[in-house]
Amino acid sequence: MSKPTDLVQGTLDLLILRTLTLQPMHGWGIAQRIRQVSKEVLQVNQGALYPALHRLEQQGWIEAKWGESENNRRAKFYSLTPDGAKYLRQEQAHWKRLSSAIGLVLDMSWKGICPRGNVS
Amino acid sequence: MRWRYKLPLRLRSLFHRGKAEVELSEELQFHLQNQIDEYVEQGMNPKDARHAAFQSLGGVEQLKEECRDTRRVNFIDNLLQDVRFGLRMLRRNPGFTLLVILCLTLGIGANAAVFSWVEGILIRPYPLVSHQERLVTLTGTVRDQRDQTSWPDLLDVQRSCTLCETLFLSNITGATLSIGERAQVIRGGIVSANYFDAVGVHPILGRGFEAGEDTGRNAHPVVVISYHLWQTQFEGDPKIIGKTQRFDNVVHTIIGVAPEGFDGTFVGRDMEYWVPASMVDAFYGGGNRLEDRGARWCEAYVRLKPGVTRDQAQQEIFAIAARLAAEYPATNRGRGIKVWPLWETPFNHAGHVLPVFEIMVAVVMFVLVIVCANVGNLLLVRSFARRREMTVRVAMGAGRGRLLRQLATEGLLLSACGAAGGMLVAYWCRHALVLLYSLSGENMYMPGQIDGPVLGMSAAICLVVMLAVGLVPAFQTRHLTLADTLKTEASSVMGARGRAWFRSSLVVLQVTLSFLLLVGATLLMQSLSKIRTTSPGFSSTRVYDTSVTLSTAGYDAARAKTFQDELIERIRALPGVEAAAYARAVPLSYGGFSSSPIAVDGYELPRNGQSPDELYNEVSPDYFATMGIPLVAGREFTRADDENAPRVAIVNQTMVARYWRGQNPIGQRLQVKGDWTRVVGIVKDSKYYSIEETPRAFFYVPLRQYFDIEPDIHIRTTQPLQTIQAGVIREVRAIDPNLALYEMITLQELANRTTSEQLVAVALVALFGGLALLLASIGLYGVMSYTVSQSTRELGLRMALGASSSNVLRLVLSRGLLLTTTGLMIGIALALLLTRLLGKLLYQVSPRDPLAFAAAFAVMILASIAACFLPAWRATRTDPMRALRAE
Repeated sequence: MSKPTDLVQGTLDLLILRTLTLQPMHGWGIAQRIRQVSKEVLQVNQGALYPALHRLEQQGWIEAKWGESENNRRAKFYSLTPDGAKYLRQEQAHWKRLSSAIGLVLDMSWKGICPRGNVS
Repeated sequence: MRWRYKLPLRLRSLFHRGKAEVELSEELQFHLQNQIDEYVEQGMNPKDARHAAFQSLGGVEQLKEECRDTRRVNFIDNLLQDVRFGLRMLRRNPGFTLLVILCLTLGIGANAAVFSWVEGILIRPYPLVSHQERLVTLTGTVRDQRDQTSWPDLLDVQRSCTLCETLFLSNITGATLSIGERAQVIRGGIVSANYFDAVGVHPILGRGFEAGEDTGRNAHPVVVISYHLWQTQFEGDPKIIGKTQRFDNVVHTIIGVAPEGFDGTFVGRDMEYWVPASMVDAFYGGGNRLEDRGARWCEAYVRLKPGVTRDQAQQEIFAIAARLAAEYPATNRGRGIKVWPLWETPFNHAGHVLPVFEIMVAVVMFVLVIVCANVGNLLLVRSFARRREMTVRVAMGAGRGRLLRQLATEGLLLSACGAAGGMLVAYWCRHALVLLYSLSGENMYMPGQIDGPVLGMSAAICLVVMLAVGLVPAFQTRHLTLADTLKTEASSVMGARGRAWFRSSLVVLQVTLSFLLLVGATLLMQSLSKIRTTSPGFSSTRVYDTSVTLSTAGYDAARAKTFQDELIERIRALPGVEAAAYARAVPLSYGGFSSSPIAVDGYELPRNGQSPDELYNEVSPDYFATMGIPLVAGREFTRADDENAPRVAIVNQTMVARYWRGQNPIGQRLQVKGDWTRVVGIVKDSKYYSIEETPRAFFYVPLRQYFDIEPDIHIRTTQPLQTIQAGVIREVRAIDPNLALYEMITLQELANRTTSEQLVAVALVALFGGLALLLASIGLYGVMSYTVSQSTRELGLRMALGASSSNVLRLVLSRGLLLTTTGLMIGIALALLLTRLLGKLLYQVSPRDPLAFAAAFAVMILASIAACFLPAWRATRTDPMRALRAE
C-alpha cells in the first residue's frame, strides 16, 4: 500500500473507536455511522475497515460478539473494552493537540517567520 | 490487562484456525449482503448490485489475507511449515539423516553422560541429603599433613563456630553381621547423634538418634539400618523396630530404617547401618575415644550458614584450632583443622576422581567440537546438492531471512533428534562409570542422574550445535545469486574454491583434535602400563590379604596374642602355604601407616628443631619372607622379639641413606615414639602409599612390641583364592566360631584399586579418542568423495590424456593426505603445549614422549589413507568417455 494509508489507518482506528463509544456495532454499521456523522465527507474505505477492526481486536482495544442484526442476520458486533476507552481518550487528546498545532502552522503569516534580511 | 483479551484470541488463531476462518468469511458475507441490499434499494438489479458490492470491498481474498495478518500467527505458521518441510527433506535422505543424528547423539550423549557424572559426584554426591551446596568437610592437620581429628576437638569446634549451621560426624567402619548361620562384614557409619537431622533424612520406620545418644562410653547400643539391609537381611520385616541384632559382638537395638536410596555420606561406598558415636570403642576396641583428645578417628562435615564462604569458615575454624593447640599442647601442638570442599573430600573417593573428571570434561568437549565440525561438513556437502533448490527459492522471491530460518529449523530438527538420542545414551551410561571402576577392582557406587541441570545443559549444547552446524549452509546462501540460476555446477569451479577451503579447514580441525585425543590416550596408556608393570618392591600376585574381626569380638590384647599365635601356626600348616605373617597396615591400600617423630644418634636436627616424622609398620616375624621384600643386611624379626625383649627395628635403604648417610646402621639406635630401639636389619625400598611415590624413608617394628589387636594377615601361597579362603575360615572358626573374616584379596588387586583412576582415565580417553578418530575419518571420507564426484570431468580429462589409474590414485590420496598432515602439524604443536595438563596422571612418562606422538601420528595417517582410499579407487574407475559426455 502507498504511504498516505498509514495516516488514514491511524485516523480510521480513532474513528472506529469513537464510533463504538455509542454502542456495540458491526462493521457495516460502523461504516454507515461514520459516513452519516461526517455528513458524507468521510467515506470509509471498506477494504481497510475489516483489517483495522481485526487489528484493534487483536490489540485488545475492542472485543467481538456474535449477535442478531436489525435485519435478523447473524453479525459480528464489536464493542469497546475499558482499555480501548482509555486508549481512545489518550488518542483524542493527542489528535486535538496535533490538529490545533497544524492549524496554527497553516494559519500563520509567512512574514512572521521569514525576516526580510535573509530572504534574497 | 490487555492480555486478557489478547491471549484467548492468539490461542484461538493457533488452535481453532478453521473456526476463525469461517467466522471471517461470515463477517465479510454479512457486510456484502448489507451492501447488496443497499444497492438494490438504490435501484440496481441484484446482479449488478452484487458485482458492485464485491468491487467496493476490493478483493475479498486479499482482504481476508490482510485480516489474517493481523492475527500475527504467521511466525508460528511459517515455523510449522518449516518443520514439516524439514522433516520431509530429512526423510528423503535417510542415510545422511541417520549419520548426522548418530554423530550428534554420540556428541551430545557423551557430554550429557559426563556432565551427569560430574554433577552427581562433585556437586551433589549424596542421595537425599539436603543443602549439599553448603556442606564442607573437616579433617585435622598435623604440620600441614592431613590427619583425622578427635571427638573432643570436634565438640569444641561445634560449640565455638559461629559460621557453622551444623557439624556432624560420619566415620566409615565395618562390622560383622551374623544372622543365623551366615556371617558377613558390612559397611556402616559411626555418626554423631544429630546426623539424621543434619543431613535432612528421616527414617521411614522408627526414629533417628536422639540428642545425648552420642555421649557415655558404649552407653547407647542402638542402630539405624539402611533400606537395603532391611530388605535383604530382614526381609522388610515391618515390626523390625525394637528388635535386637548383633553388630560385631555388641547387641544393638534397631531403632530406625533409613529411606530407600539413602546410602550415607561417603563417595564410593554405600553404608548399611549407622550407630551413634558413643559406640565407637565397641567397634574399634580399647581406648576411650570419646574423652581422649589424642585419639584421632573423626571425619566430619559442616553445613555453613547461608552466605558464609569456605574461606571465612576456614579462618574461624583455624582460629579455634589454634586456641585448642594453645590450651592442650600435649595433644594438639602443631595441629590444625582444615575445611575442604565436598569434591576434594580427602577421606573418600571424591578427591581421587577429580583429575579423571577434569580430563573427561575436556575430552568430551573435544568430541563435541569434532562432531560439530563433522556434521557441519555433512550439511555443507548436502547444501551443495541443494544449491539449485535454494536458487529457485531465491528466484521465486524467498527472502534471505526466510531461507536462513528454513535452514536453522532443519539444523534444529537434527540437533533435537541428536539431543533426544543423547539423553538416551546418557541414561544408559549413567552407571557406566560404576562399571568402569568395578572393572578396575574398585567397588564404587556413583551413578549419574538425568535431572534438571543435565537436561538444561543438553538443551544448551543442542542450541549451540544447531547454531554451529545449521547455519554453516545458511552462510552459503550468501553466494546464491540469480545469475547462477539453473547453471550447471560444473561451471562454478572458481566459485567453489572458497567453500572447498572452508570444508577443508573443518576436516583439518577434526584431524587436529583427534590427534590430540590420541596422543593423550597413548600417553595415559603408557603411564598405566608403567604403573602396572612397576614392581611395588614386594611380590603382590601370590600374597593374599585378609583380617579377622578380633577387636569387635571383644578380644583384649592378651587373648588376641594367644589367638594370633595359634591362627598363624594353623595357617602355616595349611597345604600350599609358603609363609604367613601379620602386619598392622597394608601397602598400597586405603588404610594408613603409623607415623612417629624419630631421633637417630649423630643425626642433626633440621634448623627448626623439630624432630622428623617417618612412617612405619608393625609387623610379625616372617613378614619380609611373606611379602618377598629382600633383606639387605642383618636379620628379620623373630618370635624372640616380643614385649619382654629389647626393642628393635628394621629400616629401609632410603632411611639408611638419609639418617646414617649410608653408614651401616645395624646396632645403632633409633628413637620411636620416645623409646629407643636398636636397628637389627636393612631391607630394600618398596612402595608404601602409591606406585607413583618417590622413595621414602620407612622402618618396621615388631608387632609384639607395638601391639595391635586386629592386624592384617598376609599369606603367601600357590593355592587359588577359594581354597585358601575356605581353609582360613575353617581354622578361624575352629578357634572361635564367633569370628568372621574380612574380604580376602591379593595385594595386587588391592594395589590395582589405587590405580583405578588411571585405568578409568585411559579407558575413557581411549574410547573417546577412538570415537574422534572414526568421526574424523568419516569427515575426511565425505570431503574426498565429494571432491572426487565434483571433479569427474577433470579426472576424465586426465585419463583421456593418458593418466594411468595409479596416477589418479596418487593424486586423490595425496590431496587427502595434505589435509591430514596439515591437521597433524597443528595437532603436534598444540599437543606439545597441552599434554602436560595430564600432569598427575602420567607416571614416568614425559608429556612430550616421542613414542606416543609417533604412534598417534601413524594411526592418524593410516586412518586417513583408509578414508581416502575408497574415493580414490572410485576416481580410478572414472570412465573418461562417460565423464566427458555427461557434461
